[in-house]
Amino acid sequence: MSDLRTEEYYLNMGPHHPSTHGVCRMVLKMDGEKVKEIEPHIGYLHRSIEKICENRTYAQCIPILDRFEYVTAMSCNYVFALAAERLASIEVPERAEHIRVIMLELNRIASHLLFYGVTAMDIGALTPFLYGLRERESILDLFEMTCGQRLTYNYIRVGGVSRDLPNGFIPKCHEALNTIEKKLADYEGLLNENPIWLVRTVGIGVLPAKVALDYGVSGPCLRASGVQYDLRRNDPYSIYDRFEFDIPVRHNGDCYDRYLLRLDEIRQSIHIVRQALDALPEGDFKAKVSPNFKPPAGEVYARIENSRGELGVHVISDGTKKPLRVKTRGASYNHIAVLPAFATDVLLADLVAIFATMDVIMPEVDR
Amino acid sequence: MTFPVAVLELYPLFRWLSGVLESFGFSANTVLIISYAVLGVIMFSALSIIALFLVWWERKIAAHMQQRFGPMRHGWHGWYQTIMDAIKLLQKEDVRVASRDKIVYFWAPVICFVAAYLAYIVMPWGKNLIVADFNIGILYIMAVTTFTVIALLMAGWGSNNKYALLGGMRSAAQVVSYEIPMVASILTVILFVGSMSMVDIVTSQSGWIFNWFIFKLPFGPIAFVTYLIAATAEANRTPFDIPEAEQELVAGFNIEYSGMKFAMFFLAEFINMFTVSALAATLFLGGWNGWSFIPSWAWFLMKTFGVVFLMMLIRWTYPRLRVDQLMEFAWKFLVPVTFANLILAAVIKYAGWHW
Repeated sequence: MSDLRTEEYYLNMGPHHPSTHGVCRMVLKMDGEKVKEIEPHIGYLHRSIEKICENRTYAQCIPILDRFEYVTAMSCNYVFALAAERLASIEVPERAEHIRVIMLELNRIASHLLFYGVTAMDIGALTPFLYGLRERESILDLFEMTCGQRLTYNYIRVGGVSRDLPNGFIPKCHEALNTIEKKLADYEGLLNENPIWLVRTVGIGVLPAKVALDYGVSGPCLRASGVQYDLRRNDPYSIYDRFEFDIPVRHNGDCYDRYLLRLDEIRQSIHIVRQALDALPEGDFKAKVSPNFKPPAGEVYARIENSRGELGVHVISDGTKKPLRVKTRGASYNHIAVLPAFATDVLLADLVAIFATMDVIMPEVDR
Repeated sequence: MTFPVAVLELYPLFRWLSGVLESFGFSANTVLIISYAVLGVIMFSALSIIALFLVWWERKIAAHMQQRFGPMRHGWHGWYQTIMDAIKLLQKEDVRVASRDKIVYFWAPVICFVAAYLAYIVMPWGKNLIVADFNIGILYIMAVTTFTVIALLMAGWGSNNKYALLGGMRSAAQVVSYEIPMVASILTVILFVGSMSMVDIVTSQSGWIFNWFIFKLPFGPIAFVTYLIAATAEANRTPFDIPEAEQELVAGFNIEYSGMKFAMFFLAEFINMFTVSALAATLFLGGWNGWSFIPSWAWFLMKTFGVVFLMMLIRWTYPRLRVDQLMEFAWKFLVPVTFANLILAAVIKYAGWHW
């Protein structure tokens, strides 16, 4: 028996793999089923969004940035509009700010509902996926009603939003929120106490707060590790300082906490949208901005909290109608980068669960 | 002439067939062989239809649990969707990996397919409706259904793909582990019947519900539930579907198979599910026993489809266990429980504290 030996081998997970959420390739050094090393390879979805933006006017950049992170395209619209407004010192009407908050939070809910479904699917439960998508559908219907698009909206523009809320939006939005709030209890009933779900997620893939901070992890993944950091509070933008909401924090940093935290956030987002709908003032929905406006030379970094973490755009203007340089920052990039630091020595199935609960989306990584 | 097969309900057919064959001048032995072949064809067709139906049914159940309709285009509620799928798979190009292990790769789906059908030789479909009543019936079923694991391992090895190999290894570990609690649960039944013949097992449960082994056995429900859990694992279904876990291993052992070879794995999987359900119905739910105004084979099918339905509900509700948790569950929970159950049943049987 002494001449028997085991051998470590490389497993190429991706670029085409059902649970890499796009085209991520991870080269895994495996010992049987155990993952010893992870080496993420990115770049399979590179569309050179940043470079394309250099050849467009500020208004034309927004539909390109829709494709930057298409699960929450509203926040991509918004973060670029925010940067352009700061560059050109554009005042945004009150009504537009409220509409923006409504849209951003609805988009966050939609993204988290998708997360719920996809995570459950990656851990093997196929049915919650359809439930998550069903409620997401009602939000996409609201978006379609507002701007005609369901995925890439091009709705939030420099100086405001492209059009006013349509008739009947507010009651329909309230109805959708009530349904989601009611269904959320069903979601939790389906998975939260499920023994198989618990053994698959509790204590799996613990991300210590220090590692998370070192690697620039942000958003729900950071808050699930016990760090209360949310740009809506820590670096307020838009009119978030007027609304009352909690920043949910959990302390274990495992897959289960990351999952629960997002369900908590859906509740908080519903709360914010309701407040914004109630406080919605009359007035203009867009400031007068020339389509070819030329901001003064300078640079600005705008960052917001989207459903995955810190979403930032660094724009450098040389005083012409096109930006000189646009640099985007997506949270998923850091979430992939941190994987080798904490997700080793787990089983292959755990890696899938960890990858799912980090809520990585590849277009945001590769841009 | 007499038949060693207990096919009384098919007897007119056989008498007619043997009459026709004998009028052509065949010897009695040839007539017997041809009769068996006809029986085999009938069984094969019936099982294939059942497997195709199960695929469609599973899709419908999944769809309705997920607020969808599922297949709707082909016929009423898409009833012949799976038939069209099978025809499509037959026509597809057989894509083979260049670096495969040719012999192993070729034979894996064949063995899997054949092993799935073999169990039905001793399956009592109804009163007097059984191909052959072996006196080791249940042992035979346990033996031939285990062929499947060899086939899966062969598929995993022969494909020369790491995902497939992982799937094959997982299935070997899983099926071998769950075989033990499964057999231990079945042993309680055999203990009370005193025979391994499938017909004896069914006839000793004759009567209404309290004569069925799920209630008749001491701790019968425990034996039934442990059997059902082990059977779900044997049939490679969620929450124990780790050999093909599509989110981890893409498709597991059948990743490199296409066309008809894939269809063979696919149908074999559904027939295996039907086998374990039919066993559950036979061993614990009284087999074809029931009210006499419903034909016995209908009772058998109703009970079996009931168990299949339960397994489908479980599949579309629960997440998947991890491979080590699966092993832990088998060895640390199921094996002790089933053995304790078996020992208790033996004591009760010896002491005579049962009805």
